[in-house]
Amino acid sequence: MAAITTTGLGKVYPGGVRALDALDLSITDGEFFALLGPSGCGKTTLLRTLAGLESPTSGSITIGTSDVTRLPPGRRDVAMVFQDYALFPHMTTADNIAYPLRVNGVPKSSRHDKAAQIAAELGLAELLARRPGQLSGGQQQRAALARAMACHPKAFLFDEPLSNLDARMRLEARSFLKRLQRQLGVTTVFVTHDQSEALAMADRIAVMESGHIRQIGTPVEVFRRPSNIFVASFIGSTPMNLLEAMVVDGQVETCGQRLVVPNGVIAGLANGVSFVLGLRPEYLTLHTASVPGALCGVVAVVENLGSQQLVSLEVSGTTVRCVVTEDAEPALGAECWLVPRAERVLVYLDGELVEDAVLSDAR
Amino acid sequence: MTAGAGPTMTRVRGRNTGAVAADQDAAGLGRWRAGLFVLPALVLIGVFLVLPALWTIYLGATDFQLTGTAAAQPRIVGMDNLLSVFSGGGFAGSLLLTLEYVVGSAVVGQAGLGLALAWVMRDRRGVLRRVVDAVVLLAWILPNSVVAFLWIALLDRDSGTLNALLGTPGFGWLLRYPMLSIIVFNIWRGTAFSQMLYSAALANVPRSQLETARLTGATPWRQLWDVVLPQIRGHVLTNLLLVSLWTFNDFTPFLLTAGGPDHRSETLPVFVYVTALTGGQLGLGAAISFVMLLVNLVIAFGYLRLLGRRKDGAA
Repeated sequence: MAAITTTGLGKVYPGGVRALDALDLSITDGEFFALLGPSGCGKTTLLRTLAGLESPTSGSITIGTSDVTRLPPGRRDVAMVFQDYALFPHMTTADNIAYPLRVNGVPKSSRHDKAAQIAAELGLAELLARRPGQLSGGQQQRAALARAMACHPKAFLFDEPLSNLDARMRLEARSFLKRLQRQLGVTTVFVTHDQSEALAMADRIAVMESGHIRQIGTPVEVFRRPSNIFVASFIGSTPMNLLEAMVVDGQVETCGQRLVVPNGVIAGLANGVSFVLGLRPEYLTLHTASVPGALCGVVAVVENLGSQQLVSLEVSGTTVRCVVTEDAEPALGAECWLVPRAERVLVYLDGELVEDAVLSDAR
Repeated sequence: MTAGAGPTMTRVRGRNTGAVAADQDAAGLGRWRAGLFVLPALVLIGVFLVLPALWTIYLGATDFQLTGTAAAQPRIVGMDNLLSVFSGGGFAGSLLLTLEYVVGSAVVGQAGLGLALAWVMRDRRGVLRRVVDAVVLLAWILPNSVVAFLWIALLDRDSGTLNALLGTPGFGWLLRYPMLSIIVFNIWRGTAFSQMLYSAALANVPRSQLETARLTGATPWRQLWDVVLPQIRGHVLTNLLLVSLWTFNDFTPFLLTAGGPDHRSETLPVFVYVTALTGGQLGLGAAISFVMLLVNLVIAFGYLRLLGRRKDGAA
């Protein structure tokens, strides 16, 4: 129902800690937007600043058509779901859900009808008379969501929505949240430190590091083409191989070996330039027979990921990981060859991705 | 034969006590050995609390005096003292003054102001917070006699600080408004306790709940009423119980007004003192003390019932 825009948003805490550094962000109407980053990167501060619980020291925030930078939280028309759900322990589920309506002066009977209706949508109909202490973690979360939905806000803000659930519930809640957000079509910003959560749920992700946004993009974009080494190492459940490399005679030399890469990958780099080669384990193919121009290494560790195996190879003293299917498990100590998938080779110069015309077309 | 029977019997007895107390006896000591641990405390309580209380009841049934023949050979007069406590005008008036003192200075003053201070200061850090904490705590840690002296210096008719500030020389605060004076005095004196207790209680209410309420547009007053007070109800009642009883039994007003003028600030502890020590009627004083004890118990049971209802409601 509303787009959210920040312009030059900054937050400096007393004592000089710069939590947000001139952030320009634009979240479109109805988008499911993730703020992703390690702890202390400012993602929660940004969310709380959008909510009005923290005031920015510079810049402005627009929600819908109005500038809300100086508005108190209660007048921004946004609802927030906290990590601990923040349900009022002395109120029943019904009273909790109806609380925003009560504050806004809705008469008792109609606010209870409304609460019952929302509770039914979220499968809480049987639990209306219970206190939060008598609900499971997942039920508490849905009660908190119902409370957030009660007054039809312009936007939802979720702070680590899944972190208080156990692993199994988390998967369930993930699909539930995504479906709910799509149904309601309400602009939603959520904070997470778990990259798999962000990739799974969000329409777009902002990856943050120490008060800066390092990349904004769809899950596919941040996974396939992380725009810098920070994002590259942060995204992906198996970390990307980031190998020191150098251009020698127009070819790539890394780990003391020559690696044949597709044409154009290093087209813009002069001889003798050092760079970092980014190869996702998922995008490396393992061969047990010699392949010319491939990285040759010895299998050191094989980790079972269920339907896949994570193989760590020692390549001239450097560990390079690759993911293989369950049928192709190599023997420990065997000599293997790694061939990167042509359109997935990434080159980082001074920490930033080198965008390549040829590759962009290939993508 | 006997050597074999002994241990068997012990084992059986041990098993029995274990089975009986298994659900209540976490330490596995059994009733008697656990009792031994409590015994020293019980003896002390018996000697220093229960015995004097019983002694008071006994004294209250005699015509024991500070001086004269009745001091040497007190006679048992039965219910006479109690009857004269209730028939004499002094007790009822004093009880009313005491209730005025308790409600004014403890319930409304200390507890109310303490909660207000704790709520306003909840998110404050830095200089202001430290100054307020220091001032409030200072009032709490000073000895009674010192505080009383300071307040006499403040309220003195001829050279008091307050009269100098207000430009009203010669106004006798303690004479014109004795009850108001000791009520304000006791608020100043005892608010620290309530404030600290409420600060600790407020710290237990998760910030996220207050912030959720804020995001719905709830004013600070509504946050306090809807979110905080229901959750700290137990703290509120415990605090009220303590400050009510302390104030009910507080003797410090005597240091300011000595119960006067004309008994207008003679709360029950002062009334007992005046009767028993100034008037010398120890037996009558003991009877009044006994009635005070009963009033204390009524107050305590009232609060404890409210607390108990909270627990039932939560279960």
